[in-house]
Amino acid sequence: MNSVFVYIEMGDGCKVADVSLELLTKGRQLADELGTKLECACLGDFAGQTETLVAELRRYGTDRIHVFDDKRLFPYTTLPHSSAMVRLLREEKPQICLLGATVIGRDLGPRVSSALGSGLTADCTQLEISDFDMKVKNRDGVVEERHYENQLMQIRPAFGGSIIATIVNPEHRPQMATVRDGVMRKEECDTIHDTEVISHDIDDYTDASDYVVKVLERHVRAARHNLKGANIVVAGGYGVGSKEGFDLLYDLAKELHAEVGASRAAVDAGWIDHDRQIGQTGVTVRPKVYIACGVSGAIQHIAGMKDAGIIISINSDPDAPIGQIADYNIVGTIEEVVPKIIKNLKGTM
Amino acid sequence: MNIIVLAKQVPDTHNVGPDAMTAEGTVNRGALPAVFNPEDLNALEQALRLKERYGASITMLTMGLPKAADVLREGVFRGADEGILLTDRALGGADTLATSYSLSQAIRKIRSDRGLSGEDFLILCGRQAIDGDTAQVGPQVAEKLGLPQVTYVEEVLSVEDGVARVRRHIDGGVETVECPLPCLLTVNGSAATCRSRNVKRVMANKHREFTQWGAADIAADPAQIGKAGSPTNVKAVRNIVFKAKESKTLTASDEDIKTLVNELRRVL
Repeated sequence: MNSVFVYIEMGDGCKVADVSLELLTKGRQLADELGTKLECACLGDFAGQTETLVAELRRYGTDRIHVFDDKRLFPYTTLPHSSAMVRLLREEKPQICLLGATVIGRDLGPRVSSALGSGLTADCTQLEISDFDMKVKNRDGVVEERHYENQLMQIRPAFGGSIIATIVNPEHRPQMATVRDGVMRKEECDTIHDTEVISHDIDDYTDASDYVVKVLERHVRAARHNLKGANIVVAGGYGVGSKEGFDLLYDLAKELHAEVGASRAAVDAGWIDHDRQIGQTGVTVRPKVYIACGVSGAIQHIAGMKDAGIIISINSDPDAPIGQIADYNIVGTIEEVVPKIIKNLKGTM
Repeated sequence: MNIIVLAKQVPDTHNVGPDAMTAEGTVNRGALPAVFNPEDLNALEQALRLKERYGASITMLTMGLPKAADVLREGVFRGADEGILLTDRALGGADTLATSYSLSQAIRKIRSDRGLSGEDFLILCGRQAIDGDTAQVGPQVAEKLGLPQVTYVEEVLSVEDGVARVRRHIDGGVETVECPLPCLLTVNGSAATCRSRNVKRVMANKHREFTQWGAADIAADPAQIGKAGSPTNVKAVRNIVFKAKESKTLTASDEDIKTLVNELRRVL
């Protein structure tokens, strides 16, 4: 039975990206459901740390680990990674291949899918296995209904968030999908798997022309916020109205030891940094408390925060869609409500 | 230098109005204004800067309905030299892979028609389009043409001795990379915004018509275009119905805020 495959993304200091571990957790679940193996490939410069790396990937239930250890594989450049992945996927013939929807995954995934002629669905928020019937044109151009079993249902909000689409690619393998950081949960596997480690020589998979792109300089700074792990998130939407409006939100966040996030509309308006965007194409958060200030509640935003424990919405529009998923709806303006909450928290009211 | 800028006309999903959906739950494209995909404008600006600095001929290429010629005209208003519209029913219903194949065939034709086999050739496009946010077409076009790619580009720093030096966004930072021409660069929204129209160019090109190519013109393999060339299928589309929670509605009164803060204190 063809496997489920995960591309492992390596960060600085030989650290596996969280999103890759989240995908291994999801991949393990899909592989169990399909009765098949979970495989992964990691390409990088491991400088003698391969054993630690393998041990970590093993804890997430990986059955087979493909290792490519070479100085030229870190920092990431497109061509050596894509040539190696294309060739490896042709050899291993997995039925599913998952990548993080990171800058690297979004650079690599389409390149690989194009070479393999397989379908790729970006930024999935759910992945499920299911059977279905679908009308397809056969070779003679006649439409017939076919039954497909154990297919990967790639589910994502689409079209400005007005709809949720389920994408399938029944006639092509592997079925490829990218998933954003934090969308799936990472969980170590409780059963021990016999893990096979396969070391490959990258020169068998790439040639000199794959190394034409050179990284001259690289600056990576530690994240300026911890939205993903925050207990409380204060998020602002278009209703915040201005950059200055966000200052109020930062004041509230300071009082609550919370992190500040935003909807895409507020990011697009230039009121707050892009790396604080919450939603399908941003960060997914699962805080205990989520305070949405002037957030209307587009589906893509909700996709990134719906699992919050308690949702409080502050909105002057009592009919804003976010009201449907909020536990508390405060009808009022940000300028009026937020300072009052701050005063109360300080005990001065 | 010869530069091709890939541009897409997209429904303005940032400004979705109440009539964006039909009663049947499908997308009402007619109700959404069509715009020049924002990051494609960032790509055009990078092309225009290279033209000013090194001299270049810029050709805009788009695929879509005949109306998509608007983005070609807009590109010419801002400084591009030419535009080519790829339009054909047979190309419709394409996913990113079939789209990339069609665009790559058109680029091959542009190169062979003009004898541009040399190294002095660059393809620029936006990182992603706002109607799909997939960021797939750029890398897929590069793969189909066998060219190296650099994605998430914030600035083309220089193109000298057949090598482009660019600054690009990476997760948590930036990097500077060198890539030999010919190559494909996808430009990020954080790059410089595009200059506005040039009045003289608007006057001169207001009624400009553009070359139109169909599937036959680009020698497209019917199995690789349109719906037939698209491995992905939309199986189901639904409107989301959230399980309505039992929610409490509060006002901005002092009393209500106090209740809320007490509740917050209880859970934290």
